[in-house]
Amino acid sequence: MNGFSATRVLAVMIKEFKQLTRDRLTYAMMLAIPVVQLLLFGYAINSEPRHLPTALLVQEDSVFARSITAALKNSAYFDLVAQARTPAELDEMVRRGEVQFAITIPGDFTRRVARGDQAQILVDVDATDPSATGAAVAALAALPQQALANDLKGALAARGQAAPPFEVIVHRRYNPEAITAYNIVPGLLGIILSMTLVMMTALSVTREAERGTMESLLATPVEPIEVMAGKLAPYVFVGLIQTAIILLLARFLFDVPMMGGWLGLSLGVALFIVGSLALGFLMSTVARTQLQAMQMSMFYILPSILLSGFMFPFRGMPAWAQAIGEVVPVTHFLRVVRGALLKGQGIEDMWRELLALTAFVCVVTALAMARYRRTLD
Amino acid sequence: MTLAINVRGLNKSFGDKHVVQDVSLQVEEGKICGFLGPNGSGKTTTLRMLCGLLTPDSGAGTALGLDIITQANLIKRRAGYMTQKFSLYEDLTIEENLQFSARIHSLDRRKERVDQALERLGLIERRGQLAGSLSGGWKQRLALATATLHEPKLLLLDEPTAGVDPKARRTFWDEIHALSAEGLTVLVSTHYMDEAERCHEIAYISYGRLIARGTAQQVIESTHLITFNGEGPGIDRLSVEIGKLPGVDMAAPFGQSLHVSGVDRPALEAALAPYRRAPFKWTEVEPSLEDVFIRLMETSEDNFK
Ligand SMILES: Nc1ncnc2c1ncn2[C@@H]1O[C@H](COP(=O)(O)OP(=O)(O)OP(=O)(O)O)[C@@H](O)[C@H]1O
Ligand SMILES: [Mg+2]
Repeated sequence: MNGFSATRVLAVMIKEFKQLTRDRLTYAMMLAIPVVQLLLFGYAINSEPRHLPTALLVQEDSVFARSITAALKNSAYFDLVAQARTPAELDEMVRRGEVQFAITIPGDFTRRVARGDQAQILVDVDATDPSATGAAVAALAALPQQALANDLKGALAARGQAAPPFEVIVHRRYNPEAITAYNIVPGLLGIILSMTLVMMTALSVTREAERGTMESLLATPVEPIEVMAGKLAPYVFVGLIQTAIILLLARFLFDVPMMGGWLGLSLGVALFIVGSLALGFLMSTVARTQLQAMQMSMFYILPSILLSGFMFPFRGMPAWAQAIGEVVPVTHFLRVVRGALLKGQGIEDMWRELLALTAFVCVVTALAMARYRRTLD
Repeated sequence: MTLAINVRGLNKSFGDKHVVQDVSLQVEEGKICGFLGPNGSGKTTTLRMLCGLLTPDSGAGTALGLDIITQANLIKRRAGYMTQKFSLYEDLTIEENLQFSARIHSLDRRKERVDQALERLGLIERRGQLAGSLSGGWKQRLALATATLHEPKLLLLDEPTAGVDPKARRTFWDEIHALSAEGLTVLVSTHYMDEAERCHEIAYISYGRLIARGTAQQVIESTHLITFNGEGPGIDRLSVEIGKLPGVDMAAPFGQSLHVSGVDRPALEAALAPYRRAPFKWTEVEPSLEDVFIRLMETSEDNFK
């Protein structure tokens, strides 16, 4: 064994960096792709997701409350996943992203309905992804009226025929004006980083094999982990520049709000960049030619776009697609980025996603090291 | 006497092609060993096994006293390997390629060493030129400079002078001899006869088998080849005709003269008898290495079939 040598890592790194800067076209592409993509994806594709996780806070025990609960359970749009006990608990569930809808039936609901006095049902919506919630919000407005139609007969029958005895107050949080760009643009960060970074490293090892330089490289005392570290380092830098470009455009071109959560975001970005590069490196240890490496990275990009919650709202996808989506690293990265930028989530809110990204980095690195061939066999 | 290379029974197959078969090779420290054999005979494959780039299917041995299978990484630090195909970074400059090699071997005084190498190469002014834009011969010279930058104790060179002009080849061999005088061991594959003659000893491999071994003189003698040199106007045109005669293993024109060789003296004499007339003049000569190698190639081919 040779141990680990920083000098050898540096040797590979400097070489890669020089090769990168000499390859002007690639260099320009890496910087132009974020800009072009961001401009192209101005508008989102709408769809109508159902089974959105919903939490309920019932502050009175009444016939009305029970029938509203029942109606929610019957609705295809909502999945009643939790019953909150306090408003604070309900609020926390939305912030953490555990539920998309938080419905409150206030304590004086029945009394107010009976008195005809402005009865309200309060609905908090996590509108980070407006295309996910639009249809459900519309359904929600009609729901209680239908549900209560039966109960309103009898004593309150006279009122039931007249104007609705209560209203549904919808409060969109995080993205009150339902601007899709708010959701798409942070999502693009994940997609662009995956597209460019995975491919760049996937090509870098296969290129050495194709050009024959691998033979010289393998004849030197350089260790696999040193090759990997040296090859990844320049592209970490590229990834950071891309991130900066995208965030700046998001802020100044699309006015995407940035609520904070910078520490979590930075961690997420760092993990995701390293993970994507390591994945590319892993692909290059499997692929024999640059063409194969390219095809493999394309194969990875597809689920990243389609199943991560970038293109279609995650909760709108069928269960099997969600299951695949959970395995796609971009899914977790998107949650980190949207959570931080749009909701101001701190690390305590997104540690699960960060953990998932850490696992991604570790697993992929371990696999790459296991696959890396020290010989030409 | 220390052996810089000492391997026994090396075997390597690619698929069902048995490319290197039971190759055993010993090279003394400080010696230059020429590695010869026809195309596809397994020279490159053998060199790669010696420096840890390929794992032999069976066989064992040492290079510089280190086990070629378990201590390949230590061998890589002390040995220099120059590949047959140019394998430096074409998109890096001459200087950057040398710097890369210096760093990857964790050398001290890197700048000094790189500058010295550039000076020896005579490439000081062109140090900023991309390696890919060098002519073939210059690429070879740069590759050699890169392979020797870390002052290896063992040098494995795979056709280092292919495409190099005679003057540069002369310089190259002078340098190799100077290095070997200081204790460097060299195993060099080549197709050039004059280079084979400049080696202390040669190893001849054919169809994956090492079939001749020793000094040039020993190899020539071991084949028991008898060669006649015929001179006279138009004699070179007779090569095909004479080559077909029984007792003649080969007839090869050399400019104005013709080399006719065989191992069976009476048969060879009989075959040549009809041509022993004016204006032709025949003399028995010592077979050249080339005669011997062509003979080796042809016989081993027969064995193989
Ligand atoms: N990686 C490989 N996969 C399959 N076959 C291979 C591989 N490398 C070499 N071979 C085969 O092994 C045989 C020996 O090849 P090798 O390169 O060792 O010959 P060589 O003596 O160096 O020839 P040359 O003088 O042409 O360089 C050839 O038939 C070649 O096709
Ligand atoms: Mg060869």
